[in-house]
Amino acid sequence: MFKQIPFARPVGMSKIVWSVAAFVAAALIDRSLALLVGVWLVAWHVNSWVAGHESRLARMAAPTLFGLTLLVLWELAVHLFAVPSVILPPPSAIAARMATSGGILWADVVQTVFKGALTGYVMGCGTALLTAIAIDRSTFLQRGLLPVGNFVAALPIVGVAPIMVMWFNFGWESKAAVVVIMVFFPMLVNTVEGLKASEPMQRDLMRTYSASYWQTLFKLRLPAAMPFIFNGLKITTTLALIGAIVAEFFGSPVLGMGFRISTSVGQLALDLVWAEIVVAAVVGSIFYGAVALLEGVLTFWHPSQRE
Amino acid sequence: MAAPVQNIISARNVDLTFQTADGPIHALKGVDLAIGKGEFVSFIGPSGCGKTTFLRCIAALETPTGGTLTVNGMSPDEARRARAYGYVFQAAGLYPWRTIGGNIRLPLEIMGYDKAEQADRVARVLELVDLAGFEKKYPWQLSGGMQQRASIARALAFDADILLMDEPFGALDEIVRDHLNEQLLALWARTEKTIGFVTHSIPEAVYLSTKIVVMSPRPGRITDIIESPLPKERPLDIRDTPEFIAVAHRVREGLRAGHQDA
Amino acid sequence: MRNLGPVLTVVAVILVIWYVAAVGLNAAWARDQAARAGTELGFSELVGQTLSQSRPKLPAPHQVAAEIWQSTWVEETQGRRGLIKSGSLSQRSLVYHAWLTLSATMVGFAIGTGAGVLLAVGIVYNRAMDKSVMPWAIASQTIPILAIAPMIIVVLNSIGISGLLPKAIISAYLSFFPVVVGMVKGLRSPDAMQLDLLRTYSAGPAQAFWKLRLPASMPYFFASLKVGVAASLVGAIVGELPVQQGGLGARLLAGSYYGQTAQIWAALFAAAALAAVLVGIVGAVQKRTLTRMGMAR
Repeated sequence: MFKQIPFARPVGMSKIVWSVAAFVAAALIDRSLALLVGVWLVAWHVNSWVAGHESRLARMAAPTLFGLTLLVLWELAVHLFAVPSVILPPPSAIAARMATSGGILWADVVQTVFKGALTGYVMGCGTALLTAIAIDRSTFLQRGLLPVGNFVAALPIVGVAPIMVMWFNFGWESKAAVVVIMVFFPMLVNTVEGLKASEPMQRDLMRTYSASYWQTLFKLRLPAAMPFIFNGLKITTTLALIGAIVAEFFGSPVLGMGFRISTSVGQLALDLVWAEIVVAAVVGSIFYGAVALLEGVLTFWHPSQRE
Repeated sequence: MAAPVQNIISARNVDLTFQTADGPIHALKGVDLAIGKGEFVSFIGPSGCGKTTFLRCIAALETPTGGTLTVNGMSPDEARRARAYGYVFQAAGLYPWRTIGGNIRLPLEIMGYDKAEQADRVARVLELVDLAGFEKKYPWQLSGGMQQRASIARALAFDADILLMDEPFGALDEIVRDHLNEQLLALWARTEKTIGFVTHSIPEAVYLSTKIVVMSPRPGRITDIIESPLPKERPLDIRDTPEFIAVAHRVREGLRAGHQDA
Repeated sequence: MRNLGPVLTVVAVILVIWYVAAVGLNAAWARDQAARAGTELGFSELVGQTLSQSRPKLPAPHQVAAEIWQSTWVEETQGRRGLIKSGSLSQRSLVYHAWLTLSATMVGFAIGTGAGVLLAVGIVYNRAMDKSVMPWAIASQTIPILAIAPMIIVVLNSIGISGLLPKAIISAYLSFFPVVVGMVKGLRSPDAMQLDLLRTYSAGPAQAFWKLRLPASMPYFFASLKVGVAASLVGAIVGELPVQQGGLGARLLAGSYYGQTAQIWAALFAAAALAAVLVGIVGAVQKRTLTRMGMAR
């Protein structure tokens, strides 16, 4: 009892003392800086208090609060230090730009995400899945292709973008081709890994039923491979978007998120650049979230999905 | 105990050598055994004695390197293709993405039973292992004992005459195991199947079997075959009778002898 | 190396496919040329033509190899501005551009990894940081943060910061997030029993960190380093696109402007070689460290 009281108090006190000291130090340097430091300290103490709670609300509130704090600090800093908008536009300007340029942003999303990224993603992942099944019976091919696949997966494949632009022209087809190449090997490696994931005992069981190769594949090995397949599908969502956007840096029609980012940067229209980045982040999260949701539905049985 | 009518499984001088990186391992040496129709045969011995390996040979999951082995008068592989046996593994090994009913339906789907027949059989074997009402549950929602019962139901679903069980209750606690042993005996009495049962528990082997095969390792071989004098009707407390204790004693002696000369 | 045979076979098959594709893709142009000259091409002439064009749609492997040789060894040893004659790397040599990319990658990777480890420690030991920052670090893995790269380069350029630093910043933030997420996972990998054991010894948080959490995190640390170093390289290359100040990314873009396909492929292979070497080095350090710690599988 007695031990705990002197123990607890200095810790709690020192946090406040440190905060006040930081604030005073900032105030001595610059009043604007003091305001920023003050906002940060207050927000952080509120956040510590929120994070101390164990509830669903607190789990959502803490990161939201943290994000909002950063946005407020960003807005304040831009105004207090008069940062020119060609260097860093404030969040309010970005939001305003998003509201007025909705049409452009949507057209860019259609071009880059739906035409480029999604087409390439479906084709690349589909081909990888079929290839994995095709080489399934040949250990020789697997031993040859897997190291090559692992190697290629680590390479900066976006570099093929100029070649694809040269072959398939400026349209979305060349972007889809880059995406196909980018997603193929990670997906192949994951699927091959997954097809090996069933336990020997379960394969023996299928043998005792004298099940055929295809029966074993469809009833045992593919379902058992699902968590691995979805791991591949999730990793490659981000790769697909990166591929489609970066490929547009190498040439595209006057449309698309990558095109907009690179040309607006050149025109110093940074609010539009930031707007595209916000859209990219939202689209990326939705894309990933949709695949994760499908995973939850299809692999509900896996321990990682059951909590 | 009536004499076996005919030999369902017969092994003559069966040998099996595994080639490993550390040199050959003699897993089975000169195994001679005849199992008659309707017998309950236990294989007991320390780990590495080849009891599981021999069961896997019967199931054509391993291929002997010498001797002859027949199942239902065929080679083990022909018997496997004819779906002559159901196999129960050490772990239940139910597919987590299928319900209990779906798991039991699995062999029926593979063997091409029609839908109505499948539903019929699933209901019947679930009744048999006392799991009626759990058809729609997923394996992970059931206890270990219930999962193992479901895996037995899965092996029974297609009505093979032979049931091969590889330490099916090894991972369960003693009380659950007693209960399942009792149920297994009742099931055997009702279905009159021929059962091959691997275990490392002496009481379990003696309680269940009509014939106990004692094995010992390095090389894996049979050291004793004991025909049980116990009646077919066996309540749990039969384990306190002098006959039971005498058989258990003989099994223990056999295991000890195998251990000494190993 | 029991995979050597199969791997070589696969590589050989890829080379064959490449040659066949080169003939197929370049045939149209060769036929076109022949038609203009009013001649007819036989099969062997066609193959010869397609594999020796100066700006082919798809350069053949030997053309790429020749380009690599020309722009590295020959340029440096015989070129007017080469290492031998001028004492410094030639600006026309692939070695020079690869070095520009590599140095930015390494600086960025070091910054990103260092900052990532620090933040991970903060997240593991501070509840508020865990709850408020960690979700963002995880979310960052699902969004194409590489898209910010051109803006960083141009904005920093406009305030007078150019050269290595802007590229290194992109490399840094690309390697930062994988390291944070991997390291948090690693520092949390000891199970409750292992932590309880230290508690029975009355070990302090610092001791628990140095004796249990940090060693336990090593496999995760190296796994995320491999991801991080590959991402750093991609970041540096993409960072070289907006302004033409050299580097493999600039070579790629220049090649695509002027239709110098062999140059694109050579730059691509140089980038691949860099990636292979970097990941290989991390892998070797990983193997040594984990073996010495008795954690190698």
